[in-house]
Parts: sequence; structure tokens; C-alpha cells
Amino acid sequence: MSADLLTGTHNRPDEPNERTSLMSRQPSNSRSTQLDDIMDVTSASPARLIEADVGVAADDDGTPATYDNQMVRGDDPDLSLNTSNNMGQSADNIVVEIRDPNRQAPLTMDAAGDRGPVRRNQPQQQQPRSQQEEEEEEEETLLYGAKHVIMLFIPVTLCMAVVVATISSISFYSTGDTYLVYTPFHEKTEDTGTKLWQSFANAGILLGVIITMTIVLLVLYKYECYKIIHGWLIGSSVMLLFLFSYIYLSEVLRAYNVPLDYITLVILIWNFGVVGMVCIHWKGPLLLQQLYLIVISALMALIFIKYLPDWTLWVVLGVMVVWDLVAVLCPKGPLRMLVETASQRNEPIFPGLIYSSTMMWQVAGMADSDDKDQKKKKGKRNSQTSQTGSATPSLASNSPPSTPAATDNNSTVASQVIAGAANNVTSTSTSVDTGPGGGAAGGREEVDDGGFEEHLRAKGPRSNSPGNALTSSTESQQARSAVEALNHTAPNSSTARQQAGSAQTPAAQQQGNHQQADDEDDEERGVKLGLGDFIFYSVLVGKAASNGDWNTTLACFVAILIGLCFTLLLLAIFKKALPALPISITFGLIFNFVTSGLVQPFSDSLASEQLYI
Amino acid sequence: MTIMEFFGCTFIAFGPPFAMFLFTIARDPLRVIVLIASGFFWLLSLLLSSLLWFAVVPLRDKLVFGLVFSVMFQEAFRFLFYKLLRKADDGLQKVSQVTEAEHVTPRDISNKHIMAYVSGLGFGILSGAFSIVNVLADMAGPGTIGILGDSPYFFLASAFLTLCFILLHTFWGILFFNGLDKKRYWMIAYVVGTHMLVSCLTLLNKPTQSQPEPLYLASIIPGYLVLLVTGVLAFRTAGGSLYNIRAACSCRKGRFDID
Repeated sequence: MSADLLTGTHNRPDEPNERTSLMSRQPSNSRSTQLDDIMDVTSASPARLIEADVGVAADDDGTPATYDNQMVRGDDPDLSLNTSNNMGQSADNIVVEIRDPNRQAPLTMDAAGDRGPVRRNQPQQQQPRSQQEEEEEEEETLLYGAKHVIMLFIPVTLCMAVVVATISSISFYSTGDTYLVYTPFHEKTEDTGTKLWQSFANAGILLGVIITMTIVLLVLYKYECYKIIHGWLIGSSVMLLFLFSYIYLSEVLRAYNVPLDYITLVILIWNFGVVGMVCIHWKGPLLLQQLYLIVISALMALIFIKYLPDWTLWVVLGVMVVWDLVAVLCPKGPLRMLVETASQRNEPIFPGLIYSSTMMWQVAGMADSDDKDQKKKKGKRNSQTSQTGSATPSLASNSPPSTPAATDNNSTVASQVIAGAANNVTSTSTSVDTGPGGGAAGGREEVDDGGFEEHLRAKGPRSNSPGNALTSSTESQQARSAVEALNHTAPNSSTARQQAGSAQTPAAQQQGNHQQADDEDDEERGVKLGLGDFIFYSVLVGKAASNGDWNTTLACFVAILIGLCFTLLLLAIFKKALPALPISITFGLIFNFVTSGLVQPFSDSLASEQLYI
Repeated sequence: MTIMEFFGCTFIAFGPPFAMFLFTIARDPLRVIVLIASGFFWLLSLLLSSLLWFAVVPLRDKLVFGLVFSVMFQEAFRFLFYKLLRKADDGLQKVSQVTEAEHVTPRDISNKHIMAYVSGLGFGILSGAFSIVNVLADMAGPGTIGILGDSPYFFLASAFLTLCFILLHTFWGILFFNGLDKKRYWMIAYVVGTHMLVSCLTLLNKPTQSQPEPLYLASIIPGYLVLLVTGVLAFRTAGGSLYNIRAACSCRKGRFDID
């Protein structure tokens, strides 16, 4: 644009210099074959948006004891079938479930459809609700909307920023000469027609692969081949975390002409990868887990940008929009079936496929809110146990198990959602089994939980246990998170809610410490977005950035965020799993082409003549 | 050197807006959403104006045409965004309520100037970003400024004008929304008039045959004068006074609360 003002060589300063970098580059061919495996995994998770709130439905008097019947109800095959149809809860993608901690069970039968899990948790006997109460419920679903949106804005923005920064500074990812095996047509010709059919053929092949992989995953899941699925997921995340991060690092070093010895490199990559694996597949601080998921998505998006031909990439984005709609919204859509199966089995989402904003561990701070520092530390420590620990309290408060058998398969969906994406199902359902006398099945943690629960019931729902605040052993932390979650769910009951609201909100407002306020009011609910969404958003923005025009990048970014806003708005309205790709990607595609075609020449000539509009 | 100039100009153009964003908007999710939504509206107005500019082929060389219509489109979209915000008030109120027990109207809704400010800043940030990001990207690259006889102050003037426009958009937002709320239509006329005036002043930046060195000061000084007047007007409109300033400077608890 204003290039006339600048003279000098326009070579990119980051051209790889083979001599100065110690690291040798892998042959691209071997890389692209390895890509295939990774592709398979992402194909399974195109775009899901899951909103779930971890809140636990509490009944009016706020005593957990009333839930005794619920687990039994969950056993009822008819009921569980009914709920599972509507629940739309799942792992992979799109699913969104909004639950309101404050919401009571819907009374009318027709209302039950949208609110499967909530309904299931309700005590059987409910007073008919007045019209006004139902209206209030509707309002409540909107209550935390803004915060949800922001909780997704931040990670999406981060992921896009990583991709855009990489694309614009490292030429390796924006220049492609090798392509995936899925795209046999390389668009080498100049003929538009040929390019068009080639890109559609490529996209068709890619879509076929994605559909096949999704169906394979669905079949594996149907027949409960968990070992295979987990092996698959772990294998692909190993590849992303080790191999692709190695490639990424070496390209960054090459671009900035920084030498690095292999020993340091191996140490770096090993630590990065192992911590990532632990965080994603086992347990770890939520923040770290989220960061790793963002990094994985960004790496995957960069791979797509690098290895897909130009036109194919745009067509693929368009095709993914359609596929996402079909797979999530069709009654027989594979993703929807996957989700339904998961909710039928009350199982959590596969680790590594979903980004969850649920800050469950922050609840842990509730008990000793006067000791902020302690709270921070403790929160961090607690997060390590949150995978099992957080699930425990929720279940405990939500539905104290009537029989151990009931808990085996019927841990409620809410509990799984609470525990976050990477929960281990079995640990949840076992550790749940913690009634005052019910610790028989488990280890120390369960016994501890049971003890605290008893303690809690004795002291009433709002009782705190400051005495325990300073204990630092893992078991007691788990127990404490249980207690605190119970404390926390208590305000959801209508009577306690008033007190809690009046006590908490003025303080929160005055402090201006938004995080505290967030913690207190929002940690019980979270928003979930499939990693596929992250990947394709970033692919779109990154591809826009690879053209070198920042206006287009900016326009795509704003368009995608606005699309995400709309999706979340629809989520609040429809209260079921929604595909997150269609609106955002459609906006993004429109704005990409319109901006690069129309706006860019206009704003370029404005900028070069320094006209301001 | 280019890197230094890049950072200098970036901070000139986006330093104050970034600080405003950080201190007044970033903490409140609702404001962030409104900011992005208003940015989106500005984007739509730009889209429409470039569509018009692109479609009218004979006038494609005359940027004055595109500029005038672009100003009109921007103000039209500001009006549309105002309508949208007022329609969405109920929804926003629900969304921003902290707890159900709190039936107090949130400050963001009760004080209409907050949303006006946020949407003005959204307009400003996007317009500023669109006018300068590509210049900034060139700035960082290899090259020497003015080696072909162009003005060495090109980048600096761009940065200062961008800052001027971002702040002007913020103030215009406050004035415009308030004018519509209180039916003080002179405010709207003032906003449209000064927008047109300042935009047309930047026409002087273009070097002509008789004037090879662009008259940057001729656009920057009036621009900042208008900014000053508009800022004072917006401050008064939003309920500010000398007493407020003095009170803000004194040390007391809770003075970081923005009302």
C-alpha cells in the first residue's frame, strides 16, 4: 500500500538460513504421513459447543437429602431414555447444555424436553409453578450470558493470536509445497474451473475421511472399546505435543536465526510434552490444561494452513459448516448420536477434544474467603485434585446415592460436566459413592468425603469449615472441595439464595475485583467448545493473515467473535447442543472475501493518501 | 530504527485507547461484547461505503466521494447501533445482572453514558485499526522512509491522526447517544458536522502539484482542536464538571469506580 514510501529490500528477514541453524529439517514427506493420524482425531471433533453448567439443581429447602429418589429415577429405563434424547451432552463437539443451578424442575411435561438432565435430578414431587416462576426461570438462563461469552472469547482470541503471529512471522507455515495425502489435487493450474473442481474434490475426500473417522469413533464408542479410543486420543496428542511442537520450535528458531543444541531441545520438548500429556489426559491445573488445549488447536490449525492447498482450504471451511450442521442437528447425525450415547451412559467427554471453561477448582476458595492469599494457593493446589475431587462434591450434593449399584452407571450428567472435560469416568462414579455410610467401595478420599458430608449436614448447608483451610494434604483438599461445593450449592436453594446474593454481590461490586465476583457466581457453570471449533476459527483467521493484509485478518476476527456471540445467544434460547461453526465461519468467510476484495483497495488508497473517514 | 518507529507510532495511536479499554472495559464482559458489536457495526458501514466506492466506477479515483459517503454511512450505522442497544436494553439487563437476588438495575443500563462511551470507543478502535494496521505493518519492515522524496513525517502524522479519530469517535458516541436520548438534535448535527469537517480536513494531507510537502499541521491542529471541544462537550454531557475533576484527583476510597 504505502510501499512507495519504503524502499529497500523486501525480503522477509525470517527466511530460513540452513547453515546457521543447528537443527536439520525433517523431510516433509514423512511429516505428511504422520499427519494423517492426527487428522483422524480432529476429524472426529469438528465443532462442538458445549455449554454446561455445573450447577447442581437443588430443591427448595436446599437439603441434599431430598435427592435420594433421583438416582433411582435415573435407573428407570424409560426416563433415562427420555432424557437422553434431549440432553445433547457430549464430548465431542457441539453440544451445549445449559443448566441453571437455580432452576427447579420443570413442571409441565412438554417443558421437560429441553431440560433433560435438570429434570432428571428433580425430586419427584413438585409443586406446580406459577406462570411467574417460569418466566423467572427463563430470565435466569440469560443471567450469566455475558460471562460465558467472554470465557470463550479469551481462549479463542488467544488461539487465533498464536496462529496469526506464527503465520505472519514464520514463512514456513504460509508457504506450502507438500500436501496431505487426502488432497491429491494440488491446484497447480491457472485455470479457475480446474482449480474449482479440484478443490471441491479435495474437500469431498477430506469430508469423507472426516465422516469415516467420526463413524469409526461412534462405533467404537457404541461397543465400548474405550481402550482403543483412549489409545487413539493419546497417540494423537503425543504426536501433536512432541512432534508438531518440535517442528514448530525448529521453524521458529530457524526464522529468527537462533541456534540451539539438541540436548536443550530434547529437554524442552520432553518437558513440554509430558506435562501436556499429564494435564490433558490425567489431571492438572485447569489453566494449564486450557493452555495446552489452545496450543494443540493452534498447532493443528497451522498444520491445516500449511498442508492444504489454497482453494481447498476455503472449500473445506464451507463444507465443514454444512457437515457440522448435519452432524449435530440431524436426528441421526453421528455427533449427536455420540453425544446421546455419552449422556445415556453418563460419561464425560473424551479428554483432549473439548475446551472447558469450567473453573471448578475456584469454588474451593469459598470456605475461607477472608484469606485471599490462602485461597489462591489453595485453589491452585486443589485444581490438581479437581478431576476427581470436584466431581465428588457435585455428585454428593446433587444426588446422594441410594445404593452403590445406582451410582455405578448413573452418576448424573451434572457431575460429569462439573468435573470438566478431562474427567475420568470411573473415578467419578466410584468416588461419588460417599454417603455418610457409603464409603465402603472406595479409598481414603471417599471416606474423607463421607466424613465431611456428615459434618456438613450436621452444621447446615452454609456451614464453613475454616479449621480445615490450612490443611494441605491431598485427601483433605479433596474433601474440602467437596465441602465447599456443598456450601456453594446451598445458596442455590431459593431461601439461601437471597442471603447469599445480598451478602456476595455488594461486596463483589465494591471490590471491583471481577474475578472474585466471577468465582462466586459463575464457577458452577462453564462453557464448552470443541477443539475443532478452535481449529477452524484459527484456520480461517490464519489463512486470512497469510495474504498479508491485516485489515482482512481483523475483519475475520471481529466477524468470528460476533458469530460466536450469536451462537451463544442461540444457545441460551434453544438450550441444547449447537454447532459452533456455522454462524462464525459463515461470517468469517463472507468478511474475508468481501474485505480482501472490496474493502482492502478502498482502505489502502485511503491510508496511502492519509484520508481518515 | 524501523522497529523503534513501529513501536512509537503504535503507542501513539493505540496507547490511550488501550489504556481506556484496560481500565474501563476489559473487566466487564458486557462492555467487551458491546465494544465488539459496535466494532462490527463500524465494519458494516465501511463495507457499505467501499461497496459504493467500488460500484461507482467513474468516481473510483476521487476518494472525496467515498469519504463523504463513508462519513454518512458511519453515522447511519451509529444510529442503527443506538437503536439496537436501546432495543436490547432489557436483554442486556438480564445478561449483566450479577445474581438473581439483585433486582437493582445494573449501572451499565441505568447510566446510559457508559454504553454510549463503550460503543463510541468500539467505533473508534476499529476505525483506527483499519486506517493504520497496514501502515504499521509496513513501518516495521525493511526500508527507509522518505528516500523517494516523500514526507518523512508520514508515519508520525498517520499515528497522530489515528489517535485523534479514535478519541473523536469515543466522544461522538457519547454526544450522539445522548442527543438521541434527550432529543437534543443539535448534538447529532454537531457530531455529523464535525465528523465531516475533520474527515475533509484530512484531504489536505495529500500532496499536490503546487504543494509537494503535505500540510500535516493543517489537518492535525484543527483536528485536535475539534477533539478538545468535543471532549469538553462530551464530558459535560456525561455529567462531568470541574468539581468532578477535583474530586477525582483527591485521594479517597473507591475513586477508581467509574460512574
